[in-house]
Amino acid sequence: MQTLLFLILFPILVACLLLFVKRTTSRYAVVALSALAIGGASVYLLVRYASGGAVYFAASSEATDIVMVAIEMALALFIIVMGVKFRNYLAIALAVVQAALVVYLETTFAGSLHAANNLFVDQFSIIMALIIGIIGSLIAVYGVRYMETYHHHHPEVRDRQRMFFFVIFAFLAAMFGLVFSNNLMWVFFFWEVTTIASFVLIGYSETEEATTNAFRALVMNLLGGVAFVAALIFLAATGPTSGGVDLALVLASGDAAVILVPAVLIGFAGITKAALMPFSSWLLGAMVAPTPVSALLHSSTMVKAGVYILVRFAPVFAGTFAGLSVGLVGAVTFVVASAIAISRSDAKSVLAYSTIANLGLIAACAGVGTYMLVWAAILLIIFHAVAKSLLFLGTGAIEHRIGSRNIEDMEGLIVRMPKMAVMMFIGIAGMFLAPFGMLVSKWAAIEAFVQAPFGLVFIAILAYGSAVTVFFWAKWMGKLVAVTRGTERIEKGFLEEPWVPLYITTAIVILVVFLFPVISTALIEPYVFVIYGMTAHLAQANVAIMLLMISLLLILPISFSLFRKSAKRLPVYMGGRPATPELQFAGSLGMTREAQTQNYYLTGYFGEARLYWPGAVVCIVLILASWVFAGVAL
Amino acid sequence: MNWLWLIGAVLFLVLAPVAGGLIAGIDRKITARMQGRVGPPILQPFYDVGKLFEKERVVVTTAQNFYVLAYLVFIALSGAIFFAGGDLLLTVFAFTLAHVFLVLGAYAVHSPYSHIGAERELIQVMAYEPMIILVVVGFYMVTGSFFVDAIAAATVPAIAYLPGVFIGFAAILTIKLRKSPFDISTSHHAHQEIVKGITTEFSGSTLAQIEIAHWYENIFLLGLVYLFFAWNPVIAIIAVAVTYVAEIYIDNVTARVRWQAALKSGWLAAALGIANLAILSYMMIGGA
Amino acid sequence: MSSMAFLKRSPWILHYDASSCNGCDIEVLACLTPLYDIERFGIINTGNPKHADILLITGGINEQNRPVVKNLYEQMPEPKVVVAIGACAATGGIFRECYNITGGVDKVIPVDVYVPGCAARPEQIIDGVVTALGILEEKRMKMTGEATRPAAGVGEER
Repeated sequence: MQTLLFLILFPILVACLLLFVKRTTSRYAVVALSALAIGGASVYLLVRYASGGAVYFAASSEATDIVMVAIEMALALFIIVMGVKFRNYLAIALAVVQAALVVYLETTFAGSLHAANNLFVDQFSIIMALIIGIIGSLIAVYGVRYMETYHHHHPEVRDRQRMFFFVIFAFLAAMFGLVFSNNLMWVFFFWEVTTIASFVLIGYSETEEATTNAFRALVMNLLGGVAFVAALIFLAATGPTSGGVDLALVLASGDAAVILVPAVLIGFAGITKAALMPFSSWLLGAMVAPTPVSALLHSSTMVKAGVYILVRFAPVFAGTFAGLSVGLVGAVTFVVASAIAISRSDAKSVLAYSTIANLGLIAACAGVGTYMLVWAAILLIIFHAVAKSLLFLGTGAIEHRIGSRNIEDMEGLIVRMPKMAVMMFIGIAGMFLAPFGMLVSKWAAIEAFVQAPFGLVFIAILAYGSAVTVFFWAKWMGKLVAVTRGTERIEKGFLEEPWVPLYITTAIVILVVFLFPVISTALIEPYVFVIYGMTAHLAQANVAIMLLMISLLLILPISFSLFRKSAKRLPVYMGGRPATPELQFAGSLGMTREAQTQNYYLTGYFGEARLYWPGAVVCIVLILASWVFAGVAL
Repeated sequence: MNWLWLIGAVLFLVLAPVAGGLIAGIDRKITARMQGRVGPPILQPFYDVGKLFEKERVVVTTAQNFYVLAYLVFIALSGAIFFAGGDLLLTVFAFTLAHVFLVLGAYAVHSPYSHIGAERELIQVMAYEPMIILVVVGFYMVTGSFFVDAIAAATVPAIAYLPGVFIGFAAILTIKLRKSPFDISTSHHAHQEIVKGITTEFSGSTLAQIEIAHWYENIFLLGLVYLFFAWNPVIAIIAVAVTYVAEIYIDNVTARVRWQAALKSGWLAAALGIANLAILSYMMIGGA
Repeated sequence: MSSMAFLKRSPWILHYDASSCNGCDIEVLACLTPLYDIERFGIINTGNPKHADILLITGGINEQNRPVVKNLYEQMPEPKVVVAIGACAATGGIFRECYNITGGVDKVIPVDVYVPGCAARPEQIIDGVVTALGILEEKRMKMTGEATRPAAGVGEER
C-alpha cells in the first residue's frame, strides 16, 4: 500500500514545492527528478502487483473523509467566487446544486458512506497508473521548457508558472487517487479535483476566449459531477442491495437492475468528462490551453478517467439496453467526430476531434461490455494515450518553431524539421496504421463487436468511421513528408527543444507495438478473466505477422541510403511549363506565379456546421434513452 | 507442423506477378475486342514492365523510391497473408498501410498533379474501406471465422447468404481495380485526368514496381471473389472469370464520375452490405 | 534480358502540338483509333513525359512553346527519341517565313525521325514510329553498354 500512498501523496508534495521554485533550470531539475520518482514508482507498482489479481487495502481514516468534504466545499466556494467574478451564473448554479447534494448525502447517509476497503490495485489500475506515471511525467518534463518558450512568445500573458505546475502535479495526484480508489466517494472527490484542475489550466492565459472555454469545460464537467453525486445518493440509499459506495461490492452485486441506475448516472459523468457528444465542445475549446495541458489532461489522462469509469462499469452495462444506448453514444461520437476532423486544418483541432472520436470508440466498447470488448477497450486506452500525447507534444514543439499550428504550414516539415517530422510521422502512424496499436485495438474491437449482441450496428458505424480516419491522418502525413525545395532546416539543437520527452515518447510508441502481446497476457487478460471468467487474446499467428510488419517498417528506411546516389533529378511536371524548384513559373500576363498545393478539407460535406447538430441530437436522445431503460429495469 | 501457410504465401509471392500480368494482358485484349480493335499481345504487360526497368533512373526526390518500394513490399506481404490463410481483417488493414505508402510517395514529390492524385486516392480508400470491412464481417457471420483457410474450407455457399454483400463488393471492386467509372486517382489505360494522377512523377523502375504491386493486388481481389464461391472450386473459378469480364465491360461502357459520386457510390455499396448483414443476422438469431 | 527487346515492344508516346495547325495532330490521333490501332504494337499515348519513350511533335515551334518543348524533352528519361511529324515540324512548313515561327523542331531539341507530309498520313506516321523504334533500341543498347557484336568492348558505362 505504501506505493499507492506514495503515488498519491508525493505529487502533492512536489506540487507544493513547485509553488516556490522560480527559475526554469531549478524547476526543470525538480520536475525531472519527480518524474523519475513517479515513473519509477509506477513501474515498481507493476512489478509488485502485476501477478495476483486485485489487492485491497482498508486505508480507512475518518480524517481523510472529513478533509475530502472540506476540500470539496472549498472548491465549490472557489467556483462560486470565479462564477461571480466572470458572471457565469450557470457555473454558480451547478456548483451550488452539487455542493447541496453532497451536503445532503453526507448528512442523510452518514452511516453508509464507508467502504470496507478504500484503496485497491488491480491490473487495470496498474495500466492506468503506468500511463499517468510515465506519460504524465514525461509531459510534465516537456512542459517546463515549453512554458518558458510560451511566455517568450506571449509576453502579454501573466507568468503564473508556479501555479501552473502546482496544478499539474496536484492533478497527477488526483488521477492516481482516482484509479486506486475503491470507495466511490473518494473517486468522486478526485474526479472533482480534476475538473477544477482542468478549469484552472484552460483559463491559464486569462484571455476572454480562454476564460469562456474554461467555464464551458467547468459547466459540462459539473453537470457530470451532479449526476455522479446523484448516483452516490442512490447507492447510499440502496446500500444493502447495491453494495453502497464500495466499488467492488457494487460490481459484484447480484441485483442487476438496482446497480444499473447508478451505473448509468456515473456513466453520464464519464460521458461529460470524456467529451462525448453532445458535450464535445468543451474539449475543442480546451485547445486554447498551452500544449502540455492539452496533452496531459485533454488526451492522455483526464479524459481517460471518463472512459476508465465506463470500462469499470462495463460488466454492469453488458447485456442491457441502457448499456447499449451508452455504447451507441460512443459509436455515434466516433463516426461524427472523425468526419468533422477531415474539415479541420488546425492541428490541435484535428487532434481534439480525433481524441473525442477514440474516446467514443472506447465508450462504445464499454457500453456493450462483453469480455472481448473490455479487452479491446483497455488496449485502446493504452495505445491512444501513448500516441496522442506524442502528437500533442510534437505539435507544441512545431508551433513554437514555425509559429503556426496550421497543417498547411507544416508542409515540407521533413526538410525543415526532419527529426520532428519523423516523430510526428510515427505518432500519426500509431493512430491509424497497422501494425501500430490503435489499429490493433480497432481490429480487436471489430472482431469483438461481431460476436456481441446488436454488434452489427456498431460494426457499421465503425466501418465508416475507420474509413474516414484514414483520410484525415494520411493527408496530414502527406503534408509532413512533402519534400519541398528551397526550404532550409530550422530545427534547433539539443538544448533549445524539449528533445528528451519527445524521444522517449516516440520510443514508447514503437515499443508498445513489440510489447503489446506481453501487456495483453500479463495485465489485460487476467483482469478480463477475473470479471468474466473468460478472456480474449490475439492469435499467435497474427502477433507474428505484426512483429514482422513492424520490423519491416524499421528496416525499410535503410533503403534511403541505397537510393541516394544513382538517380538523376528531374523537375516536377508542371504541364511542360518550366518552373523553379519552388514551383514558381511564368504565368499569364507575364506574372510569376507560384503553384501551391493544399489539402482537401471538404468543409461542405464534413464541416462542423453540417455534422455537429445531427450527431448531438442523436446522442442526446440516446443518453435520455439510457436513463429510461435503467429506470424501467428498476 | 502444418506448412501449408508457407507454401501458400511463397506460391503467391512467386506466381502472382505472372498470373497478374497475364490477366492484365487478357484484360487489354478483351477491352480491345470490345472496342473493335485487335489489341496488344497478351504478354504486353510484361513487355511494359520489362521496358520500364530498362529506362534511366530518374526521380524528382529520392524519397519517392522509398515509399514506392514500401508500397510494393506491403502489397506483397498483405497478399501473402491472404494466401497463407491468415486473418482477413489483418489483410485488409495491411493493404491500407500499403496504399498509404503510395499516397505518401505522391505527396513527397510535391507536385500539383501528384498531390491531387494523392488526395483522390485517399478519397478512393475512404470510399471502399467500409464495404471491404463489411465483406470480412460477412464472411465471419457465415463461416464463423476470420481466417481465410477456414473460410475457404467452409462447406456453406457464402454467396447464398451474402448476395447484397457481393454486389456491394463488386461495386468497390471497380474502384480497387482502377476501372471506370471510379478510376478517379489514376487510370490504367491511356485515359488521362490530371495527367496521370498519383503516378505522374514516377517513372522507370518505380513505375514498374507500382505496376507489379497492382498485379499482386488484383490476384488478391480475385481471391476474395473466389471466397464467396469457395464451396465449389469449379463454380468459383467460373464466377471469378465472369466477375472480371463484367468489370471489363463496365469499364468500357462508363465514363469516369466525379469524386463525390465515387465516394457516395462506395458508401452506398456499404449500406447495401449492411442491409444484407442485418437481414442475415436477424435470420440467424431467429433460426439459431 | 537484353535479347528480349522490351523497348521495341512497349514504346509509350507523348504527343505535343508545338504551334501546329492541328492537321498532323488529328492524323496522330487517328492512329490511335481502332482503324489503325497502334496499341497492338504496345503503343500507349501517355500524357506524361516521365512515362514516355517517344515524343511525337508537330508544328513549327514559336516563342511560347520553345521552353515548353525543351522542358518536356528534358523530363523524358533515357532512352528517348523524337519524331517530328509533318512539314512544319521538319522545317516550319508553309509558316516558315512567319515572324513567330522558329522553323522546325530540330532548332530546339535533337530530332531522330522526320515524317513528311502536310498533313502527314497515318500510314507514314506509323512508319516513322517504327523507324524510331529501331533508333530507340540502338540508344538503349548504347546506354546499357551492350554492343551489336559479341566481341565488342565494354562500351559506355552508366
